[in-house]
Amino acid sequence: MSVDRALEGVGGWLDDRFHGARGVRVLLRKVFPDHWTFLLGEIILYSFIILLLTGTFLTLWFQPSMTQVVYHGAYVPLRGVRMSEAYASTLNISFDVRGGLLMRQIHHWAADLFMAAIFAHMIRIFFTGAYRKPREINWLIGITLLTLGLVEGLFGYSLPDDLLSGAGLRILEGVMQSIPLVGTYLAFFLFGGPFPGHVIIPRLYILHVLLIPGLILALVTAHLFIMFHQKHTQMPGKGRTNENVVGAPMYPYFMAKTGAFFFFTFAVLALAGTFAQINPIWLYGPFNPVAMSAGSQPDFYMGMLEGALRVMPAWQWVVFGHTFAFNVFIPALVPLGLVFTLAALWPFMEQWVTGDRREHHINDRPRNAPARTGIGIAVVTFYGVLWAEGANDLIADHLDISLYLTTWIARVAIFVAPVLAYIITKRICLALQRKDRHLLEHGVETGIIRQLPGGEFIEETRPVDEEALAVLTSRTQIPPLPALEAGEGEVQAPRMRGAMGKMRERLYNVVTESIPLPEPHADGHGNGHGNGHAVEGNGHGQESLPAGSGGAEPGADVDQH
Amino acid sequence: MSWITARRRHPAAGYVVVAFVLVLIGVGYAVVTSSGNASASSPAAANAAQIVRGRNLFLATCATCHGQFAQGQQNIAPSLIGVGAAAVDFQVSTGRMPPGEASAENDRKPPRFTTAETHAIAAYIQSLGGGPPIPSAAQVSSAGANLGLGQRLFVANCAACHNFVGAGGALTNGKFAPSLVESTPTQIYEAMLTGPEAMPVFNDLTVTPQEKRDIIAYVTQVRAEPNPGGFSLGRVGPVTEGLVAFLGLLLFMVLAALWITAKHRKAHE
Amino acid sequence: MSDINSPGLRGSGDSGDQSWPEYLTSGEAHGATPADAEPEGRRTPRRVIGTPPPAASRTLLTEEAAARQPATRELPAEPEDPARAKRAERLVAACFLLAMVAGFGFLVAYAIIGVGSIDGAWHSNLVLGTCLGLTFLLLAVGATIWVRHLMPDVEITEQRHLMRSDEKDREAFKQTFTEGADTSQFVKRPLVRRTLLAATVPLAVAPIFLLRDLGPLPGTSLDHTVWRRGLRLLVYGTGRPITAAEFNSPGSIISVGPEGYLDDDDAMAKAAVTLIKFRPGQLQFTPVNHAVPNKVVQNWTVDNIVAYSKICTHVGCPAALYEQTTHHILCPCHQSTFDATEGARVIFGPATRPLPQLPMGVDSQGYLIALGDFQEPVGPSFWERS
Repeated sequence: MSVDRALEGVGGWLDDRFHGARGVRVLLRKVFPDHWTFLLGEIILYSFIILLLTGTFLTLWFQPSMTQVVYHGAYVPLRGVRMSEAYASTLNISFDVRGGLLMRQIHHWAADLFMAAIFAHMIRIFFTGAYRKPREINWLIGITLLTLGLVEGLFGYSLPDDLLSGAGLRILEGVMQSIPLVGTYLAFFLFGGPFPGHVIIPRLYILHVLLIPGLILALVTAHLFIMFHQKHTQMPGKGRTNENVVGAPMYPYFMAKTGAFFFFTFAVLALAGTFAQINPIWLYGPFNPVAMSAGSQPDFYMGMLEGALRVMPAWQWVVFGHTFAFNVFIPALVPLGLVFTLAALWPFMEQWVTGDRREHHINDRPRNAPARTGIGIAVVTFYGVLWAEGANDLIADHLDISLYLTTWIARVAIFVAPVLAYIITKRICLALQRKDRHLLEHGVETGIIRQLPGGEFIEETRPVDEEALAVLTSRTQIPPLPALEAGEGEVQAPRMRGAMGKMRERLYNVVTESIPLPEPHADGHGNGHGNGHAVEGNGHGQESLPAGSGGAEPGADVDQH
Repeated sequence: MSWITARRRHPAAGYVVVAFVLVLIGVGYAVVTSSGNASASSPAAANAAQIVRGRNLFLATCATCHGQFAQGQQNIAPSLIGVGAAAVDFQVSTGRMPPGEASAENDRKPPRFTTAETHAIAAYIQSLGGGPPIPSAAQVSSAGANLGLGQRLFVANCAACHNFVGAGGALTNGKFAPSLVESTPTQIYEAMLTGPEAMPVFNDLTVTPQEKRDIIAYVTQVRAEPNPGGFSLGRVGPVTEGLVAFLGLLLFMVLAALWITAKHRKAHE
Repeated sequence: MSDINSPGLRGSGDSGDQSWPEYLTSGEAHGATPADAEPEGRRTPRRVIGTPPPAASRTLLTEEAAARQPATRELPAEPEDPARAKRAERLVAACFLLAMVAGFGFLVAYAIIGVGSIDGAWHSNLVLGTCLGLTFLLLAVGATIWVRHLMPDVEITEQRHLMRSDEKDREAFKQTFTEGADTSQFVKRPLVRRTLLAATVPLAVAPIFLLRDLGPLPGTSLDHTVWRRGLRLLVYGTGRPITAAEFNSPGSIISVGPEGYLDDDDAMAKAAVTLIKFRPGQLQFTPVNHAVPNKVVQNWTVDNIVAYSKICTHVGCPAALYEQTTHHILCPCHQSTFDATEGARVIFGPATRPLPQLPMGVDSQGYLIALGDFQEPVGPSFWERS
């Protein structure tokens, strides 16, 4: 058979040189668990590859130069207009190079999809707890990749030097200028002098095509290698434990699926580049520092910063001949800085609060970690309010709301909405846990009605099937905290000492608040692994509770059933 | 909270929640949507029989707000003395005058008067106090216009309100700069010349008639241009692009992922 | 269930050192003859075939295991439903064939559809993109149907091993590492260690020094613009000078710049000016010759025409939006709003400073000119601004 011949021929030749038979076999047989959310990361990877391919195409025609020229090309309304060579070469790519406009549009759509998928992927990782040990470093690498992606996109869409992105560079310069002590120096060093100067486009160019993609490539490689080495997490289900990986082998299944997904990614981007116009720089016109358009926004992934700049009230201090321009550097640094720092520290903070230092390879269902899910939604809400504020003039125009009112609503909402979101989300999670408990205790409704001899009608239920049982009963058992107060003849645990200890205990109670699973029933359709003594529950009078866990749930779910 | 959870299985519970949320959204939107004060515009003038006809039309429709002698009324409508035929033609031919319901700014709508009637009213108002006349067809023609200069002027003076291509934009307190997609060259000229409502005035000495023609040529050319990249997504920039990226591209990829990873029902009962 | 990652087997890494002896002596197990395997100068003595290699006991994958063909298949050979698989096969083939057609369509379209105009770009983009998109879409659909309907469903399990290494391995690592540290003398001789560190300090700082010439120091350049006494105000775009008599319609606005600098973007980024004409009585004047909060300096205006810097004091966008009825200048970037009748004071939004007013007069021919530079820095705030 030809497969055998190929293996003997090429395969043997390579193996003679690389000793690969065993190692490559391990790779081929590697098991990949299957869930659609696991493909979000692949969207990012394949978008990146497409960015590299289309980007290389564009570099063959793009001129990263700010030298002013007068345009005499194919786009008639701009003939005779003074513009930079960068802008003129972008017009050239769009109108005079076959496939140029398509490649430009695919490139830009790929950048948007790259960032959108990063958000989706990051959110999936967060809500399923996939950042827990041993994956903390991969989480940090991911946040770094997000930051690099933001910057790469910003530099990329600024390269054509059009009116919209040029305004964005102006804002960047104004923001840098506002930084105390070093701001003006940083701005002058980046732009090679006052704005706009003659060097910013070539500098952004080399950052955009060489330095940052190199960093991204290196980090993505590390990210994937770590994931490979630690094996992917898996969703809870029958037969899936913390000690195994269940799925289909890499060869041929995963290779085929991921190949199909790559084709889908390319297809979506190619069709978007055909039917959805993006970044029509010829309509914006070349950058000039005197002009501005209504409804100017950066690309969506910078929208939060834009919204932060709009929402900030006018606040500055002038002391001893120097200006603290809070109105600029606070929105530029604080909201995004807060979110990213919180995200980066999160795995370690969660470990500190719960004391859980075990490896976790089974994903959490978001409802089973109500505090984490609530905080995640609160952060997403915070981000979302600022994001919407970034488009407030378009919202005001199209939804007929007064412009200043949108800003006032945002000013209130950034504080109120996340708190509300946390409370509502946590309640929803607990309600979903109640529903799970109900299913476990009472079974699934079958729709069959039976009349009892006494005349009463009941609906028959059947026990949940094994697959669903495995899912419903999968819960991370968070180990109990040591007692806050030392018992008789004992020493207080060092971790629980002082104010930190008290705070830790309070946070622990908040984080572990949940509805316990029911005790296993004699007929076997309770849960099978003994977590009826749900350690994570509190306020339910169970004996294994840590002493001093005073944060009892208000007796709301003292059982209705 | 326990009162609510105790009644969560009540038969009406679902309806109550839906009704509550609808009321919340409806009341909230009504509160934030603006209703401001109406503001008004100005007409123009020309020949004898026209002027009489115009006066009759004026008295029948416009005088209730603008006064019997077009002198205006405090807080209701401005005086029309001296605004010129161009202003009247603009306001009436775009349907802004006579206005519908009171709002922060009058929207373009189908005009109430025919072209002849509009010119008659304009002639009457012009006769009262003079002002800029209605531009001729030659004055608004795009023949031989310098599109590049038109672009420079438009983007420096007009785009901040009307957006890069004239798609419109928000002003304060419920006002807005309208889209220029439906404006005729004459209307664009008149608007620049007379500065309707919140729009500033660009007289013929500051922006010469030739320069106005250049701007008009640029606006009319660009809005008629095809979108070589596909659907225009509104020509308002990255906001709609971002929406398409999430609700179009990412959603499609999620659907593809769902399909690829879907289990066969038969094999996993 | 295949179980290749059971504890004790850590992938190919730790069997590396067995490969030479096995390779030399167990020729028949690896399919390589001793002649092929003979390197120059054997490092280990030839052993009699049949004697187990010395390290065999350390690994589970012995030569017997390696030579063994799996008795049963680990993956099923055929899908469960052959009839459905046949249909799927046809469907997949059709998808791939259509993909090929679309691919050729791309090549043909590239060859025959020209660009060089908006319409050309439009047609070219539409056809090239549709072909390319279809090619990939059909490939994707075909591949998906292949995986889902032609490949049999399979679920296998692989064991994880704890990420934490065994104590034995940790100890061994510790020993190797500390031995090496000892032997290197790095720990035991602080003098060389510290002087090494000292030697690298300038090198670490050198890259920062090398970046110094990225740009000039700002100095006082942010405090000034190019405006000087006598420079005419020219309309941006047309380059024409302007007189008060021409700019005489109340509610007018126009963007202007200094004579000689209209094409200099660096200059215009700070020197762009907005001229606004008011009716008598609208402007809140002050008689003094310097900027006063909430007031317009009367001596710097001409016939109720006032000149403000166009550069927003928030982060530097041109504040180009003007509402004639409310006399508000609105910056479209972040909605900073300035009242033009009261010295462009901030009434809403994140800007903290009013737009500076340009001192303006007329020259002997009546054209508007500047009387000097702005009396305060224009544009965004910065640290050194007092």
